[in-house]
Amino acid sequence: MTRIGRHLLSIDDLDRASIERILDRAESFDEVSGREIKKVPALRGRTVVNLFYEASTRTSSSFELAAKRLSADVVSVRSQGSSVDKGESLKDTVQTLSAYDPAAIVIRSPHAGAAGLVAGWTPAAVINAGDGKHEHPTQALLDVFTLRRRLGSLDGTNIWIVGDVLHSRVARSDILAFTRMGANVTVCGPPTLIPREIEALGCEATATLERLGEADVVYVLRMQQERMRDSFVPSLREYATRYQITPDRLLPGQLLMHPGPVNRGVELSGEAIDSPQALIGAQVRAGVAVRMAVLYELLVGTPSLAAVA
Amino acid sequence: MMSAERLFHRADRPADLLIQGAHVLDPRAGLDGPHDVLIRGGHIAELGSPGSLQPGADTETVEAVGKHLFPGFVDPHVHLRTPGQEYKEDIATGTAAAAAGGFCAVIAMPNTDPVVDDAAILGSLTDTARRQARVPVGFLASITRGLKGHQLTEMAELRDAGALGFTDDGKPVVSAGVLRRALQYQRLCGGVIALHEEDPDLSRDGAMHEGAVSARLGIAGIPSLSESTMVARDAALAAYESARVHFQHLSCVESIEALSHAKQAGANVSAEVCPHHLTLTDDMVRTLDSRFKMNPPLRAESDRRALVDALTAGVIDCVATDHAPHAGHEKEVPFEEAPMGTIGLETAFASLYTELVLAGELELETVIERMTDGAALYGLSVPRIAPGRPANLCLVDLEARFEVGAGGYVSRSANCCFHGRMLQGKVLMTVAAGAVAHAARMLAEALTKAPPSSAADHLRVR
Repeated sequence: MTRIGRHLLSIDDLDRASIERILDRAESFDEVSGREIKKVPALRGRTVVNLFYEASTRTSSSFELAAKRLSADVVSVRSQGSSVDKGESLKDTVQTLSAYDPAAIVIRSPHAGAAGLVAGWTPAAVINAGDGKHEHPTQALLDVFTLRRRLGSLDGTNIWIVGDVLHSRVARSDILAFTRMGANVTVCGPPTLIPREIEALGCEATATLERLGEADVVYVLRMQQERMRDSFVPSLREYATRYQITPDRLLPGQLLMHPGPVNRGVELSGEAIDSPQALIGAQVRAGVAVRMAVLYELLVGTPSLAAVA
Repeated sequence: MMSAERLFHRADRPADLLIQGAHVLDPRAGLDGPHDVLIRGGHIAELGSPGSLQPGADTETVEAVGKHLFPGFVDPHVHLRTPGQEYKEDIATGTAAAAAGGFCAVIAMPNTDPVVDDAAILGSLTDTARRQARVPVGFLASITRGLKGHQLTEMAELRDAGALGFTDDGKPVVSAGVLRRALQYQRLCGGVIALHEEDPDLSRDGAMHEGAVSARLGIAGIPSLSESTMVARDAALAAYESARVHFQHLSCVESIEALSHAKQAGANVSAEVCPHHLTLTDDMVRTLDSRFKMNPPLRAESDRRALVDALTAGVIDCVATDHAPHAGHEKEVPFEEAPMGTIGLETAFASLYTELVLAGELELETVIERMTDGAALYGLSVPRIAPGRPANLCLVDLEARFEVGAGGYVSRSANCCFHGRMLQGKVLMTVAAGAVAHAARMLAEALTKAPPSSAADHLRVR
């Protein structure tokens, strides 16, 4: 039986049927986003708290829009300029915010496991909007949503995830979600940026783009400047030479994805970003509908799920 | 009291006890069967067959048929957090926790605030221990001033002030040159040099073992070789300088190989291993529960098995808890933010008994020996159940099962990696340096209520 738990902390919380149910729900909400009045009353009178301990543009704004389009009251708390800035602990902050009786807390934290801890401290449903380098489950769901729309199904699809896998929560959630949906995943990047024993997650690992032609989908990760300082790669120039995805390196028909924000000219060439093969814009658009679906499934669900919640 | 052995404790009333009928297991004394044990004036006066000994005047009787009596355990590695971090633990609470775990002596680490790096600080600690320590405490001083790794402490003066030895525990001595000077200077002042082995250039900001689980969680890994390369380096230094070196809390198979190699080559090195490394693996970290965060980290199952084998073979010499208390608010944070360490004194025996002895991985005799062998490594006499010896022993109910933490902890802190686990083998009573240092509640009530000296007033141990 399909069952979605009280929280969304990890892709591990979802089986394939749950993922499909969320995506089906997202399809119907996507239709709402096409209307002139982009709002449904599902969460009227309920409160959603967005608690962001890291800078974020698209995740925080799409969660805010998603909650508002479901008619929830939204409170956004950022670490900067808040009591967090004054040294309040995560636990105290969460318990304070819980006094407002929110239906859900959406949390982004620089530390793995933060969302799981929050779930233990509040009666609200908790949604992990990124915890350290651990997971970013709603990003993976919108990536699957985008691919499913384009391909119909991920079964048997070959997906390459290229770049800094070591520091990427998106990569971890995507590997889990893509394989759960039937895809074959290969991670590719400089050996310094591929975690030892990553194969235990059910993917292959390789250091070169030689076999990139096997991919149906090329999912490119963000390459951060600060990785140079720690000698993970000798220079951005050498990284770009070996791993930058350009139109020359792509076959016709291969799809291109990126979680954003893009470092134009580093992991992706400008031409690749703007090519018709790129689904980057579709990913961003999917964000709102998928996050509406996640909020809806956790807080309202279907009648059969009310008993579970 | 400070014995010739550089152990410090408060002067409690010497025990007069008749422990009747317990199964006495002391492999070194060749004892493995039911005996009466009479303790008079804090010393073991007599052993006899069950029912053969009579209590004298003012002697309490403890009826202990079906229970086990072991030599008291010795823990060569605890953090008592005094001075400076008494909100985590202090000498009174830490030694009470030790007694509750069956330990009759512990050795405290110097990474306090301030660091135990001069004789005045050590002097104030030994004074405190004389007033508060429920079991004898030995103190290590730091190798380098402020644990900074640059300048040696006044090791000779620290030895005169009672230091058992030296360590920068919590940190490695990164500079091979500085460590070499310390090993040379040891020829003047004596004292074991104990080493926390970690190459910080390899461990970096790691928070757990590097392997499949760290890959899954996205938490920076601490590779095994950050430990083993330093074990190999320092074993070579110890051999070259003919120094006495002890390796603390080894965690991985590569370190065992380096240690074994050094021992075969004749280096005067020894090593300890912690109960959590013998019983748990990095798989526990999947929960992201900060109770499983310690340094060295929980490693792979292959490492755990190799540690058990090395302990059995005596390649690793003894068990040490690395009891490391932290306050609740410090540990109730995301895993990567939490401080390293688990408490372990109250669960050491039960965790090894339940997870290894009952599972058939380790003999009970080996557990008893390795939980007492730490004493000899620091030049202390090893507790033994034999007439004439000071009473250092613990009475254990091997049948009793308990949920760790369900009744709270004797330690001031609750950061126990075995929290919530059902363990078997409960310590009922500990006699340390001749005095009753711990008695489980049932027993304690009986001991205080009993009128002196009637053979009819048997105390029932439950």
